[in-house]
Amino acid sequence: MTSLSDLISKAASDIDAANDLAALDAVRVSFLGKKGEITARLKTLGSLPAEERSAAGQEINQAKQEVQSRLTARREALEAAALQAKLAADAVDVTLPGRGASIGGYHPVTRAMLRIEKIFKNAGFGVRSGPEIEDDFHNFTALNIPENHPARAMHDTFYFPGGKLLRTHTSPVQIRSIVKEGVPIKIIAPGRVYRCDSDQTHTPMFHQVEGLVIDEHISFAHLKAVLHQFVEAYFERKAELRFRPSYFPFTEPSAEVDVSWGEGKWLEILGCGMVHPNVLEAAGVDPEKYTGYAFGIGIERLAMLRYGVTDLRTFFENDLRFLQQFR
Amino acid sequence: MKIAESWLREWVSPELTTEELGHQLTMLGHEVDAIDYEGAGIADVVIAEVVECDVHPDADRLSVCKVTDGGDELIDIVCGAPNVRRGLKTPLAKPGVTLPNGLKLRKAKIRGVVSNGMLCSAVELGLGDESDGIMELPADAEVGTPLVDLLALPDAIIDLDLTPNRGDCFSVLGIARDVAALTGAALTNPDVAPVAATIEDTHPVELVEPAGCPRFAGRVIRGIDPAAKSPLWMVERLRRAGLRGISPVVDITNYVMLEMGQPLHAYDAALLTGPIRPRLAKTGEKVTLLDAKEMELRDDTLIITDDSGPIGIAGIMGGLSTAVSATTTDVFFEAAFWPQDFMAGRARNYGMHTDASLRFERGVDPEGQGRAVERATQLLLEIAGGDAGPLVVDSAQEHLPKRETIVLRKSRLAHLLGLEIDAAEVTQILASLQLEVVPTADGWSVTAPSHRFDIQYEVDLIEEVARIHGYDSIPEITLAAQSPLETVTESRIDTERAAATLIGRDYQEIVTYSFIDPEANAKFTGHDSALVLSNPISSELSVMRASLWPGLVAAASTNMARQQDRVRLFETSRSYHGTLDAHEEVVRLAGLIAGPVVPEQWGAKAENVDFFDVKSDVEAVLALTGNTSDVRFAAIEHPALQPGQAAAIRRGDEVIGLVGKLHPRLVKDYDLKKPAYVFELDVEKALASSSPSADVISRFPAIRRDIAVVVDEKVTAAELADAVAASAPDLIRDVRIFDIYRGDKIEAGRKSIAIGLILQETSRTLTDDDADTAMAAAIAKLEDKFAAYLRD
Repeated sequence: MTSLSDLISKAASDIDAANDLAALDAVRVSFLGKKGEITARLKTLGSLPAEERSAAGQEINQAKQEVQSRLTARREALEAAALQAKLAADAVDVTLPGRGASIGGYHPVTRAMLRIEKIFKNAGFGVRSGPEIEDDFHNFTALNIPENHPARAMHDTFYFPGGKLLRTHTSPVQIRSIVKEGVPIKIIAPGRVYRCDSDQTHTPMFHQVEGLVIDEHISFAHLKAVLHQFVEAYFERKAELRFRPSYFPFTEPSAEVDVSWGEGKWLEILGCGMVHPNVLEAAGVDPEKYTGYAFGIGIERLAMLRYGVTDLRTFFENDLRFLQQFR
Repeated sequence: MKIAESWLREWVSPELTTEELGHQLTMLGHEVDAIDYEGAGIADVVIAEVVECDVHPDADRLSVCKVTDGGDELIDIVCGAPNVRRGLKTPLAKPGVTLPNGLKLRKAKIRGVVSNGMLCSAVELGLGDESDGIMELPADAEVGTPLVDLLALPDAIIDLDLTPNRGDCFSVLGIARDVAALTGAALTNPDVAPVAATIEDTHPVELVEPAGCPRFAGRVIRGIDPAAKSPLWMVERLRRAGLRGISPVVDITNYVMLEMGQPLHAYDAALLTGPIRPRLAKTGEKVTLLDAKEMELRDDTLIITDDSGPIGIAGIMGGLSTAVSATTTDVFFEAAFWPQDFMAGRARNYGMHTDASLRFERGVDPEGQGRAVERATQLLLEIAGGDAGPLVVDSAQEHLPKRETIVLRKSRLAHLLGLEIDAAEVTQILASLQLEVVPTADGWSVTAPSHRFDIQYEVDLIEEVARIHGYDSIPEITLAAQSPLETVTESRIDTERAAATLIGRDYQEIVTYSFIDPEANAKFTGHDSALVLSNPISSELSVMRASLWPGLVAAASTNMARQQDRVRLFETSRSYHGTLDAHEEVVRLAGLIAGPVVPEQWGAKAENVDFFDVKSDVEAVLALTGNTSDVRFAAIEHPALQPGQAAAIRRGDEVIGLVGKLHPRLVKDYDLKKPAYVFELDVEKALASSSPSADVISRFPAIRRDIAVVVDEKVTAAELADAVAASAPDLIRDVRIFDIYRGDKIEAGRKSIAIGLILQETSRTLTDDDADTAMAAAIAKLEDKFAAYLRD
């Protein structure tokens, strides 16, 4: 009869030789099954003298435990290997592109406009709009530009028969908003504007944001602060501003604003000023009690500076290869 | 306006470099567009005289010359200029000199003949943009001396972008006044002392339209030398200002205009017949102008007449019949005050724009006429001799502008600028601008000089003080006051959020013009626009669009032509409707898709988009509103859409948009390479929303039951689903259409629709009996309403 230790060695070598779970189970049956070799040894205990049974039983049980633990270890190893193999078969090329469509994007002018709106909204400005097909009164007369004023010639206005026109600036929204809402008022008015001019640096349609603040104590110093903060917020950097005296019929004093742009270079970015008393009166506001400032920002200009666009006309060609750079 | 620095410095010469002066002008509100430097690098160019001049033996167009620069030996020069000739004095650049255009001169042989330098044109010397040959210098120019001495070079030409309110600045004098005020440098009025009359002659002027011509200064000068030439210094100054020398009389009128801002006109006095009468034209009257063009006049135009009829348009251009010529010996100078009200827009009405009209439209000094005529007389006598009659100034005082006194309050000044300026400084600033200032208890009482007619209100004075004091010195003050909070509405979805939804579905935003081709507008909408521009850029951009589709389709076409096979575009902007008397601007969100559903890819089938792709995008946008229960898509016919694949989108009774397949006719017209699907939403209506209101979620399980019913082809899926849902509204949570079948198992003209119903109660678990009852009711309703029957 084989010794228990030989039996354990044999079981150990059979277990190691089992290459899959089925083979391992066969090994288990051959040693620990009902008719297994170790099970058979347990059955022989009864035939032993009583005083030997305990020791012999202990020995066989130890052998059984040893084989069992080897079986368990081997099963775990085989199971892990099987899982590994299954996962390996399931692997994908993670570098392949994801399924489905990508995303589109805003037009760069809209993108700039939304940022500008956000900056002013955060400072408590309301956003207003007005008609693009305007009348002479709102586009010119109420803005202190009477008929035959030389400034009219500079506006290159698109007219309709009978005197209606396409607004040449967003400033008419000033008048409409004051008349509708009264003062104090603190608004911006973004939108499309039109000038009868088309060349390398002009398109017949472009976008502006008008700003207007009227209250009892508004000064040029407030205007300077808000525009300085706006420019720094928009460009996300410290910026030097230069306010130059200029002329707009609807503001007095008026200024054009340049931003420092590299070595000693100044770029004009917007026009502004203190609302002219005639404009306040035309809108029914007492200019003795109220003062205000207004500004007009060309959105294409700011989009060009921000995004490095060098030709204004590309904004309106709608070439997807150009537009997709801005999403 | 171009102004030579040397001329300006004759009037005011602050201790500033050219760049500093340019900067100060910009900061005064006279923006410097450019500064052109002339005469730098030509210090070694000297004045030479051509002594001999023969045709080159081997080249007809070249001349072989000997010139002298005052040295001992004559210099050989080969010259190609057509105007080179014996006796001509002209600039010479000798070997070793480098010209401003980079040309370095060395000894050379030109076609076998030695040339030791070059006779130069103005362009070669960097003096102007045009020349007809080499420069012709005056006969008295001193040979051998530097050209720069003769021409008073180097000089800088400052190009100013003047604002229309400062008519007084369209002159050397005007700019000089502002520079003097800012810098404190003295204003040195050159000598314009009155010229005493040596003859009695005058020409009668009758102010028959005094409102239109409240002042007219005139003077007769007889016996000038018609052969006289304008002096070089004058021609050079005119050239630097952008004008060409013509003849002494014309050059003098231009010179005085540039210097003093008052346009003048010179008549050949011998050609005037009878008194000069400025008056408004009668409609249809005609006058032939100096440029030989005949103008038919409008009745809003001031003209100058004599007994022969119109002899010029006031303030715009003189007439040909009385013009000075090479034989003129007697001159009549006119300097008139034409008020802005009579000048504004007039030149434009005739398609004209002259140096005179530019100034009169912006306004000239109403007191400046006599002085201008004195200056012109002085110059004419100097240059061409002759005898001057007395200066005659006719005025209609009551029509001349009044000089009002304006009150400037200290408090207002500080309030508007946000800055306290020392009272003494304010007084000094106003006085430096030649304003009459009287300090008062709480401010100043100010009267503007006649040339500052732009100053009318207190704010104008405030601007003047700020301008001279410097905008830079105004502080920045952040407004601390609270802004009232505005409502953030839930009654409408932000357009931005709707746009973001489309962007998330791979749409690219575009921006197209609001005005389009009238034909395109009609094709897409079925009717002509009533909103037609009078002066469009071109006929293709002449009507206001009633739909955003033309722009989207045109952009799709351009991109497809540029090898983009998958195009997904949207635009958020307005369309324009109605008539000019009552037009409507509607904000729209419109889109177009064409080409593959997804970009070409390993993991997805290559399929082109169809109606249900675009519909799904529209539904996604509408789903944002949470308000889709009564949104319905109804088949319609539309001129831009293919019949059978066109739908109106309704919410209740209101049409909120359109969706469909672009009509094949338009696909062809626009040369689209793939079928396109389009939609358009009325933002105001389509994005109407409401604040969501929470319902209790059922804790009890739902039951699903499926049925398949056969109905006539005409019955729509929506009708069927609505009927099912209405059959047991309390139980049916959802109705899903999950299959459509047409084929040999059912008769022609009918279709089978498979419907899944989700049933659920909030207060109890439904039993099979409940479900059976509900299903029976639904089926009965379908049988009744649509003659439907259950498919086996």
